[in-house]
Amino acid sequence: MPDRLLSRTLVVLVLVLLSPLASAGSWGVNDLMQLLAQQKSGRATFTEKKTLSILDRPLESSGELAFTAPDRLEKRTLKPKPETLLLEGDRLTIDQAEKRRISLSLQDHPEVSAFVDSIRATLAGDRAALEKFYTVELSGSADKWQLVLVPSQSRMLAVISRIRIAGAQATVRTIEFEQADGDRSEMTITSVAK
Amino acid sequence: MKLPGRALALSVWAGLMLACVWVIAQTHFVADLSAFLPKAPTARQQMLVDQLRDGAIARLVIIGIEGGNAAERARLSLALAEELRANPAFSAVQNGAAETQDKDRKYFFDNRYLLSPVVDAEHFSDSGLRQSIGNSIAALSGDAGLILKAILPRDPTGETLRILEQFSGESQPRSQAGAWASSDGKRALILAQIRDSGLNTDAQAAAIEAIRAAFERIPERDAATRLVMSGTSVLSVSSRNTIETEVSRLAVASIILVVCLLLLVYRSFRLLGLGLLPVASGAAAGIAAVSLVFGHVHGLTLGFGTTLIGEAVDYSIYLFVQRAGGNNPDGFWRTIRLGVLTSIAGFAALLWSSFPGLAQLGLYSISGLVAAALVTRYVLPQLMSADMAVRDLTRPARILDSLIDRATGLRWLIYLLIAAAAIVLLRAGDIWNRQLSALSPVSAAEQQLDTELRSDLGGTNLRYMASFTASDEQSALVYAERVGSVLRELSTQQIIGGFNSPAFVLPSSAAQRARQAALPAGPEARARLAGAVAGMPIKAERLDGFIGDLEAARTRPLLGRADVKGSSAEALLDSLLIKREHDYLVLMPLRAPDGAHDEEIDLRRVDAALAAAGLDAVAAIDLLEETTSIFDSYLREALILSGLGCLAILVMLLLALRSLSRALRITLPLAGAVLCVTAVLVASGTQLTILHLIGLLLVVALGTNYALFFDSGAQPETRGDVRQMLVSLLVANLATVASFGVLGFSKVPILAAIGTTVGPGALLALAFSAILARAHDHAHAR
Repeated sequence: MPDRLLSRTLVVLVLVLLSPLASAGSWGVNDLMQLLAQQKSGRATFTEKKTLSILDRPLESSGELAFTAPDRLEKRTLKPKPETLLLEGDRLTIDQAEKRRISLSLQDHPEVSAFVDSIRATLAGDRAALEKFYTVELSGSADKWQLVLVPSQSRMLAVISRIRIAGAQATVRTIEFEQADGDRSEMTITSVAK
Repeated sequence: MKLPGRALALSVWAGLMLACVWVIAQTHFVADLSAFLPKAPTARQQMLVDQLRDGAIARLVIIGIEGGNAAERARLSLALAEELRANPAFSAVQNGAAETQDKDRKYFFDNRYLLSPVVDAEHFSDSGLRQSIGNSIAALSGDAGLILKAILPRDPTGETLRILEQFSGESQPRSQAGAWASSDGKRALILAQIRDSGLNTDAQAAAIEAIRAAFERIPERDAATRLVMSGTSVLSVSSRNTIETEVSRLAVASIILVVCLLLLVYRSFRLLGLGLLPVASGAAAGIAAVSLVFGHVHGLTLGFGTTLIGEAVDYSIYLFVQRAGGNNPDGFWRTIRLGVLTSIAGFAALLWSSFPGLAQLGLYSISGLVAAALVTRYVLPQLMSADMAVRDLTRPARILDSLIDRATGLRWLIYLLIAAAAIVLLRAGDIWNRQLSALSPVSAAEQQLDTELRSDLGGTNLRYMASFTASDEQSALVYAERVGSVLRELSTQQIIGGFNSPAFVLPSSAAQRARQAALPAGPEARARLAGAVAGMPIKAERLDGFIGDLEAARTRPLLGRADVKGSSAEALLDSLLIKREHDYLVLMPLRAPDGAHDEEIDLRRVDAALAAAGLDAVAAIDLLEETTSIFDSYLREALILSGLGCLAILVMLLLALRSLSRALRITLPLAGAVLCVTAVLVASGTQLTILHLIGLLLVVALGTNYALFFDSGAQPETRGDVRQMLVSLLVANLATVASFGVLGFSKVPILAAIGTTVGPGALLALAFSAILARAHDHAHAR
C-alpha cells in the first residue's frame, strides 16, 4: 500500500513539473512576464527622443535608469537639464534643479500613473498591474519580442494612443510612446550591469 | 416703630431687585472666546485676536462624510458643497470638484500676464524672451514634456507654471471619484469658510446647523453615510453648548443639594425660602452689575453663579442658627461684616485682571456677596417673625462640641500635614499649566476627530503668520506685494520655506497696470519674437496664439474680486484678504523651510528683514507662542493679584482686630488649608490652572468667615451660643462643600478645577480653624 501511494504522488509531481514544457511551443505574455520578473534589479543608460509637432526637430535627452523589484524605478535625466524622477510604491517624486520638489500619489493622479506604471510594471513582470490600464498584446519570440499596450480607459486614450515596448529575453531595449496627437517619444535603453 | 423701618427695607429691596431683573432682561449673554482675549491687547496680541476673530482658522469648518461607498460619498460631497455655495453664510466652499479645478486652470491661464510675478519690460525684451522660450523648450525634453507641450504655443515664456510655483509646497487632499477624500480614502472632505466673525458664536452655530440640515436634505442619501465636522468654529459652538448645559445642570444639582440640607436642618419651608432669598438677590445683583459694567455677561461667569450659592447661603444660616448671635447681636453682625469685607478685599484684586473672564468673576462675586449680606442683615430680620425658630439643635451641637474638643489633641497632626504639604509643593517645581487648552471644554473624542480631519486635509500648518491692516483693498494689496518681495528673498535664503499672499491671486491694480505696460504691442511683439526664436527648433508662426494673448492682456480691463468667483482663488482671497468694518486685514501664512527643526521659523530674522525694508506695519507672529504667552501673562498676573488679595485680607483683619497675633491665628488655618489642597492636587498629578488659583482664593474668602467666628473677640459669651455657632458653621460648610463638590464632577475642566479645589479646601479650612482655635483657647484657659 505505501508503495502505491508513493508512486502516485510521484506521477502527480512529474506532471506538475512538466506542465510548463507542455506550453513551450507558444510564447505568451505569461512567459515574458515570468522572465522579466526574475530580473530583480537592473541599471541602464537611456537616450530619449521626443518628436513634437510644434518643434521643427526632435528633442533629445539622456540619463540613467535604475529599477529595483518590486516597485522602485528611478529615472535620472542628465542632459540637457538635470531632473530626477523617482517612483516608489504609490509615490512619484520629481526633483528639478532650482525648483521645489514635486511629490504626488499615483492613486490621486491616474493619468500620470498610467504613464509611469507602463514602464515599471513591464520591468517588474507584473501582468496584473499592466492589465489594470492597458490591453496587452505580445508578438515575436523570446529573443525578439514586442509588447503593445493600448490604454483601456478613454481618459487615458485621449492622451496616449499606444505604448510599444520591445526587448530580448529579460532585457527591455526600447519604449515608445505614441500620443493621440501624433507626437512620439522613443526611449532606447542600454543595459549597464545585471 | 418697627413698621416704617420694615416697609423701607422691603421696598428698597424690592425696588433694587426689580431694577436688577430689568437689567438682566436686557443683558447680552455671550459664550465665545472673548472671555479669554486680553482687555487691552498689545500690538502682537491684537494680531492674535484678529486671527481668532477673522482669520481662516477661526472660520473654517472641516466637513467629513463617512460610511457608504466612495462614489456615494463623492456624490454627497458635490451635492452638499453646491448647496453650501448657494448659502450666503459661507464665503467659500472647497471640495476639489472638477468645476472648481476647471475654473482655477482657466483663471490662472487666461490671466497669466497680469498674475505672473516676473512680467516686466526686461522679461519681454529680445534676450528675455529668448531665455524664457529656450527654457520652456528645454523643459519639453523632461518628463513633463508631453504635458507642457500643450500650453507652449500660447504660453512659451512659461508664465502659468511660474504662477503655480508660488503655491508649491501647499498640499491638497487627494481626490476620489471627483471629490476630495481623506488619505485613507474612507471620508469625503469639504472645506467651508463661514462668512461671519469667529467670535460670533451664534452665527457659527447657525452655519453649522445649516450644514447639517443641508446634508440631511440630500435626496436618496445612503442611510449608512454620516456627517462629521470639526474646526475651531465647530469646537467653540460645542464648547458653548457643553458649558451651557453643564452650568444649568450643575446649578440645579447644587440647589437641590443645598435645599435638602437646609430642610434637614430647618425643618421649615418658610425658613428655607427666607434662607434662599439672599442667594437669589445676590445672583441677580451680581449678573446685573457685570452686565452694567462690561456690557455683556459671559456664560462662564454664570457658571460661577453656582459658586455663589455656596457662599451667600452661609449668611442666612449663621443668622437663623445662631439666632443673630443670641445674647451678643452686635458681635455677630460685626463678625459678618468683617467676613464680607475680607471676601471683598480678596475678590477686588481680580477686578484689575486683564483677563476679562476673571474681572467679570471678581465683580460678580463682590456685588453678589454684598447684596446677599445686605439682604441678610436688613431684609431677613424684617421678614422673620419672633416665633420663627430653627428647631432645637442642642444635641448635635453638643456632639460637635465634644468632637472638636477631642480633636484638639490632633493639632500636631495638622502642623505635620501643613509641613508635609509645604515640602510636596517645594519639591514639585513648576506646578502651573500654561496652555490655554487646559481650560478647553472640548472632549478627547472631539479633539481626536479634529486632529484626524486636519491631517486629512494635508496639514496646512498655520502657525506662523505675517499680518497687517490697511485702510482699503488696493493699499492692502500693494503692501502685500512689498512684503512679498522681502519674503521671496527670505525664501531663497531658506529662512522661510515659502509663504502665501493674496497678491498671488489678485495683484494690486498698480502691479497689473505695470505688467500691462511691460507687454510689447502687436507688431513690436512679433518682431521681438522672431528675433528671439531664431535658431531655435520652433518657428515664430507656431506661436501666433502667444502674440494674440499678449495683445489681449495688454488692453483688457484689470482683474478684480469678481473675476475669482467660484475658483479656489476666491477661497484663498477670502482667508488672506479680509474685509472688516473699518479696514482690511491681510494675513500671509509663512511655511517653515524644508527640514527645519520642529518645523520652526526663526522669526527674528523675518522681522529684521521686514524692518530693514521699512515695512514696519507688518508683524510676523508665532500663533502658538503668542497664545501661550497671553495665557502665561494671565497666570502670572492672577498670581500677583491673588497675592495682593491675600495681603488685602490680612491688612483688613489687622485694621479690624488691631492685633497681629489674632490676625495670624485667623489666617494660619486658611494658609494650611490652601497648602494642603494644593499639595494633594499636585501630588495626584493635576497641573494647576488659573481656575485652581481662583478656587484657592475662594477658599480663603470663605475660610475667613469661619475663622472669624472662632476669633476670641467674636466668641459668644455662653457655651450654648458657642455650640449654636459651631452648628451654623458646620451647616454653612456642608452647603459650600455640597455646591462646590457638584462642580468637581463637571466635565468642563474649568468648573471641575474650581470644584475640586473649593470643596475640600472649605472643609479643611473649617476643620483647621476649629481645632487650632479651640487648642488656643485651652492653652489660654490653662
